[in-house]
Amino acid sequence: MDHAAEAGDPVDGIVLDQVERLLAQHLTPALLAACDGAAGATARAADLWPADLWTALAESGLPLALVPEAEGGIGLAATTAARLIRRCGRAALPLPLPETVAGAALWAATGGQVAEDALSLVPGGGPVRIAPHAEGFVLDGRVAQVPWGGSVAALLLDAVDAAGIPHLVRIAAPGTLRDTHHNLAGEPRDTLDLTGCIVPAADVRAAPGWAAGAGAPSVESVGAWVRAQQMVGALETCLGSALAHAQERQQFGRPLAKFQAIQHMLAEAAGHVAAATAAADLAAACWGDPRFVLATAIAKARCGEAAGHVAAIGHQIHGAMGFTQEHPLHRATRRLWSWRDEFGSDALWQERIGRAVCAGGGAALWPMLVRLRGGAG
Amino acid sequence: MHSFRFSAEPLPPEAEAARASVRAFLDAERAAGHFVPHRTSWTTFDAAFSRRAGAAGLIGLTLPEAYGGHGRSGLVRFVVTEEMLAAGAPCGAHWIADRQSGPQIHRHGTEAAKRAILPRICRGECAFGIGMSEPNSGSDLAAVRTRAVRDGDGWVINGSKIWTTNAHQVDYLLALVRTGEPGPDRHGGLTQFIVDMAAPGVTVRPILDLSGHHEFNEVFFTDYRVADAMRVGAEGAGWGLVTEELAFERSGPDRFLSDYRLLVELVDRIGPEPDRFQAVETGRMVAQLTALLGMSASVARLLDQGVVPGVEAALVKDVGNGFERAVPEIARRLVPVEPSLTAQGDAFREALGGVTLRAPSFTLRGGTREVLRGVIARGLGLR
Repeated sequence: MDHAAEAGDPVDGIVLDQVERLLAQHLTPALLAACDGAAGATARAADLWPADLWTALAESGLPLALVPEAEGGIGLAATTAARLIRRCGRAALPLPLPETVAGAALWAATGGQVAEDALSLVPGGGPVRIAPHAEGFVLDGRVAQVPWGGSVAALLLDAVDAAGIPHLVRIAAPGTLRDTHHNLAGEPRDTLDLTGCIVPAADVRAAPGWAAGAGAPSVESVGAWVRAQQMVGALETCLGSALAHAQERQQFGRPLAKFQAIQHMLAEAAGHVAAATAAADLAAACWGDPRFVLATAIAKARCGEAAGHVAAIGHQIHGAMGFTQEHPLHRATRRLWSWRDEFGSDALWQERIGRAVCAGGGAALWPMLVRLRGGAG
Repeated sequence: MHSFRFSAEPLPPEAEAARASVRAFLDAERAAGHFVPHRTSWTTFDAAFSRRAGAAGLIGLTLPEAYGGHGRSGLVRFVVTEEMLAAGAPCGAHWIADRQSGPQIHRHGTEAAKRAILPRICRGECAFGIGMSEPNSGSDLAAVRTRAVRDGDGWVINGSKIWTTNAHQVDYLLALVRTGEPGPDRHGGLTQFIVDMAAPGVTVRPILDLSGHHEFNEVFFTDYRVADAMRVGAEGAGWGLVTEELAFERSGPDRFLSDYRLLVELVDRIGPEPDRFQAVETGRMVAQLTALLGMSASVARLLDQGVVPGVEAALVKDVGNGFERAVPEIARRLVPVEPSLTAQGDAFREALGGVTLRAPSFTLRGGTREVLRGVIARGLGLR
């Protein structure tokens, strides 16, 4: 358990405790079931956006948790903000608070004006183009799989101009909603047509200067960073539930935990959780730093790989009980199966890591690994 | 909710500062042709290399200066260790003494043993072997049967040890032997002694490994006499000592960097423009390795703070062994070659051949994977 007391800064600890309290208070089983589209949920469409919960989170200032104090935020350390996001993942929070926390901080880092409204991140995919316009810029493109795209107040996306130069764009008013899909966990993933949307010049910005060129952070990489941290939370939930079940459930006259085969499965799952956490910890420590994109690629790849193994073991341990919507295990596993493919699957990020490593050659690999961990490569 | 005592703090500046000096030493060694990275590993016994490493101040880093050491932190040693592994340096003549036997003797040995042995270890002139396993004991150390019996101011040992790496070349074994009854938990009655391999009563039988290489041995003690001053730790305290020693043995980067040079040769063999399959699998291995490097550095930090992180150390070994055993299997799928130990001039084929034949040992040495998973399960509260 990462007790809030472990956070070095007392303010960080207070914020994490506050999140824990708000989630415990508001995330009732009925609300979660309604948002997940679980059996028995009747008012699903109306409950997809739990407005009261968002209001409670926003009133605590959490959307701007990672924005520096000088710019109106709480100014949490990125490693603490990552813990906040893991708690959201652990609790299966059906709101884009994680996207908003990271997106607002990215936007603030570009010099853009931030607001406490819900913000979503547009995954990579087809390029959105921008062209100069009398009132700023005009957009051309359709975006898909946008988390809560139809409900949030603003989107952040990657766009390119006519010269192919990348920019970050904030759209204060979403484009035309074309279609609403849901991921495997029932979270809305929307398609929006942005063609003809006009944004003021101040909302088209260069990536922050964390690293030049190919290493610059994009909305896609920040989304991958968010999903990696959320996955750590869901992995913890899945492993914790499996450990508890193995100790409580009796079969053949003794607890499941006493069977060696069960012990080995849980040890294997624990190894994946530990490795995924180590990779996500590194990415958390690299926020705002030239290593961000590579460390995030590694975290998304390693957490995504762990997700499949740990979800499979979690279900195997829980038996048929865990295969029902009556048991809460699915809140973690359906999200793991969704989040590992959002903002680039593990295979996509592995491919990018592999291309970078091969381009550098064998001798460059070790210095790269040392630099990633914060040493002088 | 279970979580582990890992963290992502960078290594301290004094540890990172040591990196430049160990790299300078290794660059000079390679330039002089003293070792060929893909053919050597941390178990390769090269007494001359270890003497030069000792002279360069790279052995016994954590031992006090009074015993010839350098009084540095465990994290400085960690950096030296990982640089040696990444370079494929032949560290077998000092590895075990530096990693575990020297520190054990320093913590639990007699003053006479410390004065006689530690300065030689630090100079790279004194090699150790691990005398834990016995025929029929495997990973079950409580089954140790080799017995020491008191005789005047010393002990007489009879029995045998097996799988002793480089026993035919080392100066000493740190041997775990039975001096009393096991007791109800089977952990009692075990004691560690420093065994002088040159003394009468010790004989060595070679055991060739899959590649035909002579690294393992069986060691026989026939009325072997050892002075009480060579006892390490209290009589009957052996179980606690080897448990502590294993945390050092299991968590180091030697548990996942054994075939690092194969990964380097693979990347070079694929070249700068990988196909998608090659890129994805290479990226997957690098992501796994990065996580392991973070975990291992975290455990090193805990050990340096005096914590014995048994579960985290076991996790590093279990996840790490899984990684190092997978690397040759992935490599052969990415580059269509036939592995060989004698493909002169083809570093990738040689590295693949050597690692393929060594890989089965990765999940055995230092405790089998299945035993390790039992240790992890206990740490998770399942046993």
